[in-house]
Amino acid sequence: MTTTRFENTNTSVLKSLPGRILHSPVFGSVVALLVAIIIFSAMSPRFLAPANLSLILQQSVVVGILAVAQTLIILTAGIDLSIGAIAVLGTIVLAQAAAGIGPVGAMVIAMIVCVGLGALNGALVTVLRLPPFIVTLGTFTAIVAATRLLAGSETYQVTSPLLTFLGNTFKIGTFTTTYGVVVMLLVYAIMGYALTQTAWGRHVYAVGGNPNGALLSGVKTRRNMFSVYIVSGVIALIAAWAALGRISTADSNAYQNANLDTITAVVIGGTSLFGGRGGVLGTLIGTLIIGVLRSGLTLAGVDSLYQNIATGALVIVAVAVDQFTRRRTSR
Amino acid sequence: MDMTKPSSTAEATSEPHVMALQARGLIKRYGGVVAINGADFDLRQGEVLAVIGDNGAGKSTLIKTLAGAVIPDEGKIMMNGKDVHFRSTGDAKAHGIETVYQDLAVVPALDIASNLFLGRELRRPGIMGKVFRRLDMPAMRAEAARHLSELKIGIKSVNQAVETLSGGQRQGVAVSRAAAFGKGVIILDEPTAALGVRESGMVIELIRNIRDRGIPVVLISHDMPNVFDVADRIHVHRLGRRAAVVDPKERTMGEVVALMTGAEEPTEVEAAGGR
Repeated sequence: MTTTRFENTNTSVLKSLPGRILHSPVFGSVVALLVAIIIFSAMSPRFLAPANLSLILQQSVVVGILAVAQTLIILTAGIDLSIGAIAVLGTIVLAQAAAGIGPVGAMVIAMIVCVGLGALNGALVTVLRLPPFIVTLGTFTAIVAATRLLAGSETYQVTSPLLTFLGNTFKIGTFTTTYGVVVMLLVYAIMGYALTQTAWGRHVYAVGGNPNGALLSGVKTRRNMFSVYIVSGVIALIAAWAALGRISTADSNAYQNANLDTITAVVIGGTSLFGGRGGVLGTLIGTLIIGVLRSGLTLAGVDSLYQNIATGALVIVAVAVDQFTRRRTSR
Repeated sequence: MDMTKPSSTAEATSEPHVMALQARGLIKRYGGVVAINGADFDLRQGEVLAVIGDNGAGKSTLIKTLAGAVIPDEGKIMMNGKDVHFRSTGDAKAHGIETVYQDLAVVPALDIASNLFLGRELRRPGIMGKVFRRLDMPAMRAEAARHLSELKIGIKSVNQAVETLSGGQRQGVAVSRAAAFGKGVIILDEPTAALGVRESGMVIELIRNIRDRGIPVVLISHDMPNVFDVADRIHVHRLGRRAAVVDPKERTMGEVVALMTGAEEPTEVEAAGGR
């Protein structure tokens, strides 16, 4: 028998440890985060104070949790414009139902609503095969309107200790933080495990990276995609719970920027908008970059509208980098 | 390795060879278009059968029916003499038929081991696998490395992402996946179409290695020199059906191309499915 040798020329750079760090997909995001922290701590002595760092984390909780769902959907080469709206509807449902039937029943009803809307998005994308962008633009518009109709012009105060539990604080040494932060980190850990260590996670990457190939390999692509939208519904409910922990008033006008912020966090975290590439670790760093940027600019006395300009510019830079690397690696 | 050819008569339709995969009278229509029109197919044990035909001759529809990706309207498919019915690619896989498609079914961002086991991942034994669904990456890596080295594909690490590989290496990964799970038949659709001359030669070598391990190979290709290099027999597809099966030792490339386009008529033996 003769031997077949496929030459291996372009992989040596991946061998060494420095090379591996340099080529790690989250390398750029980590550098950006460190640079932002260094600049802002030089500009304001209060930036690195434990109280401020704690605040940055707490302010990142809702967007941070939702960004996990956004990561999953973007990995399947989709996008979800409605996830923030689903979470806001979740807070209203939790608050109204808690007043009527108590917090546990409210949790059940809100779960049905959030998962149901995730399933609706999922069904429209996988069964009717409509583009996720259009589907979620439609459901976003409808959900925002439905939330306003449900809430009227009122806001709802929540007093249940269960529903506001994630806002409770505890101390690690001198550092104060909330259970919401812990839950956020748990959501990242669980979904990070699911994405990297289970067949389901491999299939999410396969569905986003090469849907036809995945199907031909025997992956149940539509079932996998549908499950991602279901998981997103669950995550939206957790975000709604965390939101009531931060501010115990459910307001249909809250978190209007949350959805765009999740996409920003995912993209600057190095996950490709074309699907199949990235992960939740990058998204966590992306979430922290947004938090650091907003906090630092606030401390520097910059108007919040300028902050939006800054994050908007950041997304475009991140997408440009994504495009560029994609063009270079694809042959 | 060379099989002893049976002495044949002109009406030789009796089959002294063991048939790995056969089809009789396959018909598939798409609306008013007839993609395959009463096609026959015979693949013997231990051979490389090339399938050639002009664009639109229906060879890819034929191959898809054999791979379970297309369900024929009429006709029957047999494996080792027994009737089989494929309702999906999964059914065909369960019968040991593995297909490598032209646009490779690999996922660029995933590593080689994950790609090899895509859709049939191994889980850890015990609680970690059953409850936490944890993949057994060490086992998958070890097996992937073993399969690659069995086919003598010189890839250093199965941990690297497929997108870091050259076109030929990617093809090597896709082919070894088929060889790892294809216990019955391996179908390769245009495996050299996107490759340079040197890498094409490597894939042809790979096909020989697979045949020498006793697994019959169906090779769909436009590349006549490659076909003549590796094929034991050539199935010529024309106008939705099998026009002839020829022996590459008896015919020149020019004659085979003429058969393919209809410029030349096959002999009676060839038209009846060859010797």
